[in-house]
Amino acid sequence: LKGYRKYFLNKLLWFLVTLVAAFILNFILPRLMPGDPVAAIVSRLAQGMSNTTGIQAIYEQYAEQFGTNRPMHEQFLLYMRNVFQGDFGFSFSQYPRTVADVIRSSILWTIGLQFPAIIVGWIIGNSLGALAAYRRGSFDKVVMPVSIFMSNLPAFGMAVVLLVIFGVSLRWFPTSGGYGFDLIPNFSWKFLWSVFVHYQLPFWSIVLITIGGQAIGMRSMAIYELNADYVKYSRFMGIKDRKIVRYVFRNAMLPQITGLALSIGTMVGGALVAEIIFSYPGLGSTILTAVLGQDYPLISATTLIVTLMVLAANFAIEIVYGILDPRIKAAQAD
Amino acid sequence: MKHLLQQIFRSGKFVAGFSILATILLIVLIYPLVVPDSPLQIIGQGTFFAPGIYVNVYDSISAPHYTLNLDEAAERRIVSRFKEEDREAIREWLVGAGLPESEIDIANTAQLLDQWFTNFDPTKRLPGMTNADRNYYIRLNNSIQGLLSTEAAIIAMKNGETAVLEESGTVPQTAYVNVNQVANVRVLPLGTDNFGRDVLTQLVSATGVSLQIGIVAGLIATMIGLVLGLVSGYVGGIVDDVIMFITNLFIVIPSFVLLILISFSIGQEQRGAFTIAVVIGFTSWVWTARAVRSQVISLRNRDHVNLSKLSGHSIAHIIVRDILPYIASYVIMALILQISSGILAEAGLSILGLGPKTTDVPTLGLMMNWAMIYQAHILGKWWAYFPVIVTIALIAFSMNLMNTGLDQVFNPALRD
Repeated sequence: LKGYRKYFLNKLLWFLVTLVAAFILNFILPRLMPGDPVAAIVSRLAQGMSNTTGIQAIYEQYAEQFGTNRPMHEQFLLYMRNVFQGDFGFSFSQYPRTVADVIRSSILWTIGLQFPAIIVGWIIGNSLGALAAYRRGSFDKVVMPVSIFMSNLPAFGMAVVLLVIFGVSLRWFPTSGGYGFDLIPNFSWKFLWSVFVHYQLPFWSIVLITIGGQAIGMRSMAIYELNADYVKYSRFMGIKDRKIVRYVFRNAMLPQITGLALSIGTMVGGALVAEIIFSYPGLGSTILTAVLGQDYPLISATTLIVTLMVLAANFAIEIVYGILDPRIKAAQAD
Repeated sequence: MKHLLQQIFRSGKFVAGFSILATILLIVLIYPLVVPDSPLQIIGQGTFFAPGIYVNVYDSISAPHYTLNLDEAAERRIVSRFKEEDREAIREWLVGAGLPESEIDIANTAQLLDQWFTNFDPTKRLPGMTNADRNYYIRLNNSIQGLLSTEAAIIAMKNGETAVLEESGTVPQTAYVNVNQVANVRVLPLGTDNFGRDVLTQLVSATGVSLQIGIVAGLIATMIGLVLGLVSGYVGGIVDDVIMFITNLFIVIPSFVLLILISFSIGQEQRGAFTIAVVIGFTSWVWTARAVRSQVISLRNRDHVNLSKLSGHSIAHIIVRDILPYIASYVIMALILQISSGILAEAGLSILGLGPKTTDVPTLGLMMNWAMIYQAHILGKWWAYFPVIVTIALIAFSMNLMNTGLDQVFNPALRD
């Protein structure tokens, strides 16, 4: 395992660098716009909230916390310190809740929904794609057009279609929320069942979207590999078909893993929008309420958290890739 | 060039995609000439009118009437006005009055009415029936009698001086008007939306705007990606390192997050459709830059490029004359994909409420946003959202098909 250390450290360093860059972007983008954020906040508060003590408290707390009259680099240090302490200030739209509190109550829903869905979709999609490439014939003729069509449906479109068919028309599943309106989160069977039932539609809408794109990619990779010289050579050598298919699958899978790492950001973006359609209590719906409530601290914190999640997922995939790809072992051994 | 075009148009996939896209474009261009209404004009008072032909009632009274004696007319009239809850109530009464439940079929209007008239007795009190229930059944009985009456409806006008109603004409049940002779008939093929705006007019206009957003975003993204990719790939060295560092950063930082941050920072008032397109363009160049760079690197040491270098041509000349033509096909395919993903990005942003401002022009994303906010999907108002999804999917599908077709023409290895 010694050979991996360099690879691992390399990836870790890259992870940290992107992390810092994400912090800087998250900090700087809203401040690049004309007009300082505090003035914008004040003008927005003036139109919106009726709770004057709330406004006063937020405004004072905000000006102090972010020190908006200080120079840029000091503001940045302050921002970093606050973030590391998990302190994102108060939420405008849900005062007196803190941003950290709002995010804490929604992040598990998003993680619990999206990562299993993307992984399940990835596995099913790749298996279908590989099967289509191997079998060809009528199986391929059915799987391919369906996959192409599904991968072109936007994530929210798939969500709406599933919701209307299974939620509104057939009434098999509830149409919105993460659990029944009449329940308080606890660990009873009734609550868990309610969560499970509410989970199905959002889950499958993300899975179906993921399947399409992955199946197309895997199919063309596998066709390419099946025509490679080593496959022909193995056939001449009389190696069993099943063994060859294993080689082919493994080789075709590697680019698919890299593809997953690179596209996970896009997938999460689409899945966040799908959450909104189902009013799922995750980060997507939080972003929507934040936007509707002109809740700047909440938006800034949610985007940062989403970025962190994507970066971490990316890092994890890179590590798995390093273990799976024999070329990396070979390269590190030198 | 001519030969290349011929080859492209021989690819079935490309032609299929191209025809879908061309049809959409044609509709977008021609429809406004036929229906010149403003897409954001509010015509309906109320939300979500169902698709159909709307005939002006006032005008149809004054239009010439024709008598048509049709057998099923009376039955149809009763069936359409005899509501589901009335049928249920009648069944309840009949069961209470002692009729066996198996003999009652609420879908069979004639039989149900027959059973009602033979059994109903306003003085009879069923067990457990309140006074209010009894009055309800008496009212129901009266309204059913009214339904069955064959008398003509009377048109009355208020006398301007005495304010007394005066009969000015009658409309018998056999009177018909010819739709062509009614002055005001409005066809709403896709009904109206939550604001009472014509969905079809809005959809066509929104498709046009969304395509423009996609094209602007795609052009910007492709231009940035192309320039960065060319410079990075051809110049190499430290320039390459810096550009690739930035590119790799933006690959892992989700562009959706950047879009949210930037759109929110711009503020609702400043967000026009064009601004959104530019923002999308500036956040989605990454893939093109990476791909162009790797293509350029593979071209950099080809003989014809080296020859050009030896001849003392400038870098700009070499890039434009010796490298660009080789990657042109690739860049066009990237552009097509960028356009379609730009349209999707706008839709996603709009659903979050961060799309173009709503007062200006409709876009596909904004239509989707309003339909979702007004719960069209829960209320079963399919015409408000389904055509939008289909349009988005069709545009993306057609562009993807064109791309696959082009890919097969330019990379013979991929042909089946």
